[in-house]
Amino acid sequence: MLNIEIDGKALEVENGSSIIDAADKLGIAIPRFCYHPKLSVAANCRMCLVQVENFNKPLPACATPVADGMKIFTRSKSAIEAQKSVMEFLLINHPLDCPICDQGGECDLQDIAVAYGASGTRYTEEKRVVFNKNIGPLVSTDMTRCIQCTRCVRFLQEVGGMMELGMVGRGEHSEITAYVDKSVNSELSGNIIDLCPVGALTSKPFRYSARSWELTRRPSIAPHDGLGSHIEVQIKDNKVMRVLPREKESINECWLSDRDRFSYEGLNSPDRLKVPMIKHNGSWHETDWKTALEFAAGQIKDITNEHGSEALGVLVSPNSTMEEGYLAKQLANGLGCGNVDYRLRQTDFRLDGKRLGTPWMGCNIHDIEELDRILLIGSNLRNEHPLLAQRFRKAVANGAELSIISPLDNNPLMDVAHKVIVRPNDMVNVLGQILKAMSGLQRLSLCLPASLNELLAEIKVRPNAQAIAESLAGHGKDYDLVSPKVGIFLGNMALSDPRFTEMYSMAEAIGGITGAKGGILPAAANSTGMHMIGVMPNSTGMHARAMLEVPRKAYLIVNIEPELDCQHAALAKAAMQKAECVVALTAFKSAALEHADVLLPIAPYTETSGTFMSMEGRVQSFSAVVKPLGECRPAWKVLRVLANTLGLPGFDYETSEQVKEAIFAGEKPSAVVWRSLNNNLKELVEIHVNIKHEGLQRIGEVPQYNADPIVRRSLPLQKTKYNIKPMARMCASQLEALGLMAGDRVLVKQDKGSAILTVMLDPHVAKGCIRVAAAHEDTIGLGDLMGDISVEKLPAAQLNFDKAVITEVPA
Amino acid sequence: MLSKEAIQKIDYELTKYPGNQRQAAVMSALRIVQTERGWLSNESITEVAQYLGMPEIAAMEVATFYNMYDLAPVGKYKISVCTNISCMLRDSDQIVNHLKTKLGVGFNEVTADGKYSLKEGECMGACGGAPLMIVNNHTMHEFLTPEKVDEILDDLQ
Amino acid sequence: MATKTAKSSTTVMTDLKGQTLVCLRTLTEKNPASLASYIKLGGYSALKRLVTEKIKATDVITEVKTSGLRGRGGAGFPTGLKWSFMPRYFDGVKYLVCNTDEGEPGTFKDRDIIRYNPHQLIEGMAIAAYTLGARVGYNYIHGEIWQDYENFEAALHEAKAAGYLGEHLFGTNFSFDLYAVHGYGAYICGEETALIESIEGKKGQPRFKPPFPASYGVFGKPTNVNNTESYASIPWIMQHGGQAFADLGVANSGGTKLFSVSGHVTNPGNYEVKMGTPFTELLAMAGGVWHGRQLKAVIPGGPSTAVLPASVIESATMDYDGLSKARSSLGAGSMIVMDDTTCMVKALHRLSYFFYEESCGQCTPCREGTGWVYRIIDRIVKGQGKMEDLDLLTDVSRNISGRTICALGEAAATPVISFIKHFRAEFEYYIEHGKSMVDSKAEPK
Ligand SMILES: Cc1cc2nc3c(=O)[nH]c(=O)nc-3n(C[C@H](O)[C@H](O)[C@H](O)COP(=O)(O)O)c2cc1C
Ligand code: SF4
Ligand code: FES
Repeated sequence: MLNIEIDGKALEVENGSSIIDAADKLGIAIPRFCYHPKLSVAANCRMCLVQVENFNKPLPACATPVADGMKIFTRSKSAIEAQKSVMEFLLINHPLDCPICDQGGECDLQDIAVAYGASGTRYTEEKRVVFNKNIGPLVSTDMTRCIQCTRCVRFLQEVGGMMELGMVGRGEHSEITAYVDKSVNSELSGNIIDLCPVGALTSKPFRYSARSWELTRRPSIAPHDGLGSHIEVQIKDNKVMRVLPREKESINECWLSDRDRFSYEGLNSPDRLKVPMIKHNGSWHETDWKTALEFAAGQIKDITNEHGSEALGVLVSPNSTMEEGYLAKQLANGLGCGNVDYRLRQTDFRLDGKRLGTPWMGCNIHDIEELDRILLIGSNLRNEHPLLAQRFRKAVANGAELSIISPLDNNPLMDVAHKVIVRPNDMVNVLGQILKAMSGLQRLSLCLPASLNELLAEIKVRPNAQAIAESLAGHGKDYDLVSPKVGIFLGNMALSDPRFTEMYSMAEAIGGITGAKGGILPAAANSTGMHMIGVMPNSTGMHARAMLEVPRKAYLIVNIEPELDCQHAALAKAAMQKAECVVALTAFKSAALEHADVLLPIAPYTETSGTFMSMEGRVQSFSAVVKPLGECRPAWKVLRVLANTLGLPGFDYETSEQVKEAIFAGEKPSAVVWRSLNNNLKELVEIHVNIKHEGLQRIGEVPQYNADPIVRRSLPLQKTKYNIKPMARMCASQLEALGLMAGDRVLVKQDKGSAILTVMLDPHVAKGCIRVAAAHEDTIGLGDLMGDISVEKLPAAQLNFDKAVITEVPA
Repeated sequence: MLSKEAIQKIDYELTKYPGNQRQAAVMSALRIVQTERGWLSNESITEVAQYLGMPEIAAMEVATFYNMYDLAPVGKYKISVCTNISCMLRDSDQIVNHLKTKLGVGFNEVTADGKYSLKEGECMGACGGAPLMIVNNHTMHEFLTPEKVDEILDDLQ
Repeated sequence: MATKTAKSSTTVMTDLKGQTLVCLRTLTEKNPASLASYIKLGGYSALKRLVTEKIKATDVITEVKTSGLRGRGGAGFPTGLKWSFMPRYFDGVKYLVCNTDEGEPGTFKDRDIIRYNPHQLIEGMAIAAYTLGARVGYNYIHGEIWQDYENFEAALHEAKAAGYLGEHLFGTNFSFDLYAVHGYGAYICGEETALIESIEGKKGQPRFKPPFPASYGVFGKPTNVNNTESYASIPWIMQHGGQAFADLGVANSGGTKLFSVSGHVTNPGNYEVKMGTPFTELLAMAGGVWHGRQLKAVIPGGPSTAVLPASVIESATMDYDGLSKARSSLGAGSMIVMDDTTCMVKALHRLSYFFYEESCGQCTPCREGTGWVYRIIDRIVKGQGKMEDLDLLTDVSRNISGRTICALGEAAATPVISFIKHFRAEFEYYIEHGKSMVDSKAEPK
């Protein structure tokens, strides 16, 4: 620790702190533009110049490390003179157009200029004008306002992982720009809007729609992935105008993924359902709540009375709140029905009943940064958990070795030490090889249970699996670690694979040997919460997949569009079609709901209160930030009234807090979570390691901007480069093997379903696979996300469209 | 596509740096490609960036930072005259004016036949030979007089 | 007159009267750049002795300290002291960098070292590498002197073939690879950290210091950066002893110095003389002011050093203390001579344009300030100046100076402040009359 003095106040700080950090601790505000605690120090704006005793020149507080006994003056004559002169320099070429600038009212330059600027200008020469750039649908630019602080450049390089912006030119002619006509494609790009201290980078969707001082700010929790990012929703006239990150160091730090930032545009979609609707003789009619609820309850009652309570199936979105999931489950159970599930994109349920607790990510989010060795299984991290990926990036930047087993070779924008890119089926074999290799590594050999040893006897270890095993055991490319901190994680592709059980069991065994932390990276905002409160079938009930395979007579679906949100689109569609009655609680009117019979308009997360539990087990409640649109009602209320209408006892909750209280039975939520989270299995499950299977496999990824009903309706996100229509994507050798060429039209088939798609060359796809995106209307005829698939070339005669030319494929 | 010769030359430059520092060769690589093609188009910059495995924008940063890279077509002979102080004191103006009249172009212009372009240079580190100019970045001519300029131009056929 | 008529490295005037040749000692030879010429003068013997006799690094550094050698790149930092900052023990490659990027107007001495005596630089760097434990070295050469870059690269191959570079030199464990790399037109790359960025394949934007190159240099590894002339002085020092070198110069300024003399002299060129040589003597060696005109002003060390009127410089000696007493500095020894026909307003106009064009653009005061200064002076030259402009110019320049990441800020400010200080009347005349005071006086060309 060092003792220093700032403006006469004594302070003890850690070795290596900068003056600016020390001053921030004391609450002494040193003006700054380029400095940002999460980015490398550029020290280029020079706004933070301060006087330091014994130095004849002012020093930049952001870049100057403190030394013991240092005396710093932030408001002395020389400091103020320096700061004022820098301010003058910054303003000479900056347009004075605050009244028409979107940053007005929240501009660092404006604020600091008020404090440090002179009243008149001494600059009478011509001002610089910079050509404006178009860098995509999310970020709007006005580069004449840029003060060259390079925060945006550094963010994309250091946090985003890819240098997409640069400062070209030299001296006064320097400009921030993307390469030639490229746009910024980072899935974290919106953060540069927050980082830009002036109005050079602003939000394109928000542009000119409101002034910052007209906005009311309300805290909330991001609803699209399991990270549980803290957000601030800004509203005007009961409308969500934009979403910004709220700083939460241990979760989202100060960042937000583009999905969480720009999805709000979907809330204002014209698709919003504002009144209850009932289908009569094939056409939809608006109705009132009472009629709708009575109709829904009547139908459910009739069907369950006639066919038994198991004739009902209840499907709940994992993006719904714990309260909603809980009540849906209570409702089903109240009717004596055990068919409830939230695991819509899962196909392998063999672990049901074998778990000791709720599966979770197995560590805290910030623990990832500290890992030395990481194994990622079946995850396209940037697509699935765009912001979490950044923590992994930090770990790798800190020297961690990352190994990847996946059917997709997408660039995670960080160094990958080892990777095996294989068909989903073969991922299991690779894990087996790793396990076997580990047992051969001296330090680890003793720990392996005999049963597994037998299982692995036949497996031949290939060099890349050996390399991963060695890395996890501590042998490193640069240096060896005796006891590395290991993390093993299974991603969305593993979670929706039919051999998830094998992968999970192997990962657990490898984790046991290496003492790894880790677990699954659940996809949705409340997957972990849904699991904990048991929004799953009881011992006699059916899981999500079974409910569709063996169609039910009635469905109650909460917050989903079945053919887009379920594992097997064709099955989901057929089941809904066949059912006598589908009661849909939904915020949107949708083609995917055309087979429903009642639509009950529910409030999205901004219009209701509720609770999500994140992948690290954090229980986070939020309140409504705006009033429900039209006749929309919070889904928990709808479920309660529906249960009342059904005559079920025990549904007299007045508030969502009361539901929450019931969930946790009056206990501290964290205590319940503490008891519940557990990735271990009760017993060894039977697994099949060697599966010989030569057929083609589908990689049915869910593109991040198609993941749920809200993002699917956010136009700005749909306009990004990520949003490409589903195609039959294969690697070059696969194309050759099938005699196909990019641009060909093919019929792809799964089970009885099919889709006509254009062939695309995608070098990131493992041989033996076809990557066909899910959650899109073009592929709703298809089956399992990860499953067998076949492909036939359509005769040229049927080609009556332009050959698809893909010039830029986002990773 | 980078030519075989260009790749060979770039590969030679790469031997100067550690294997994981391919970007270090970008200055040379851009120079090599420019010398071969006359100037650096966006495509050329992209090719260099891809060959070195670096972000295109980083290659663009380099190409736009250093004066001797030409990001627009130049004449077959690019003549850069230094006008900085030491040359100016020794009448570089006279050389510039002579060139301008003789070629009929101003700075940053190309003659109609595409043969010459004229550039104003910054100090070339050879002020002892002022006034001076370089042709196509790599051939320096010192102690210029209008007569000598004529001779040089005559040789550039 | 060393190099005036020397247009290629094979024909050299040997009228070296008055010069004391250390860095350019091969100029006495017919083919000075050749390895044979260098070896004939005892070249590479110091390296061989140090390496084969396993002389301790600390002993070499002590010798360099004794020599009083100060960095010839402009800042004058004691070389021996700088060498002692390199970490001795480091797991991994340490680097050596030579700065041959001279691009400051009026500076062209390093060019002559690499074209007339490249092997002395190579030997100097190899000695430094041996002393500092550097495995790899780069010589970064100004882009515009392309032929000299190619010749130097040829000299490197020659040295390697002869066993002075490469693996296991002289059958010992000492290995050193040295490469030539080039700039491509950016003055700022003379600044050592910008140069390092440029070697790494980035644009040449200086890094904030600390950390200094000694701890975080090329590819983030410990790196020693010296100027060409600094390294080239080393073999002589090791051959003749540090004291002998110190004795060539004066107190605080050991050895000889190459002065690049340009502008209004009869014989511009490089002159290697003892430190402490009187200005008048140096001027005389360059043949005096040309056309028999009167001396008006001299920029003694390159534009980043303050201009001095004739009356002041005429009594100065050419060494660190001598010029700082005259309220300027030695800089890189780039003496720009201006006769009485020189319009100081136009001279400053050109210099301010240079700094405006060459600012790297990353830090605010330099990026914005150099443009502002240039535009004001440009306005003055176009006859639209205002009297207040002069104080504004000085003030803006002071606001740049000392507030930037690298010293280009000071370099840009110094000429403005010193030109206006010493020649204010000329500026005022220009503003008042909309034309230069000297144009009328100057005889027609
Ligand atoms: C703007 C600027 C330009 C510079 N140009 C050069 C140069 O051309 N050559 C040089 O040797 N040093 C130059 N320097 C100084 C270097 O940064 C560095 O101090 C020097 O190379 C160290 O070598 P020395 O200690 O041997 O002098 C420059 C510095 C600045 C700020
Ligand atoms: S002073 Fe000028 S040249 Fe130096 S870092 Fe700052 S902007 Fe770049
Ligand atoms: S905040 Fe320190 S220089 Fe910009």
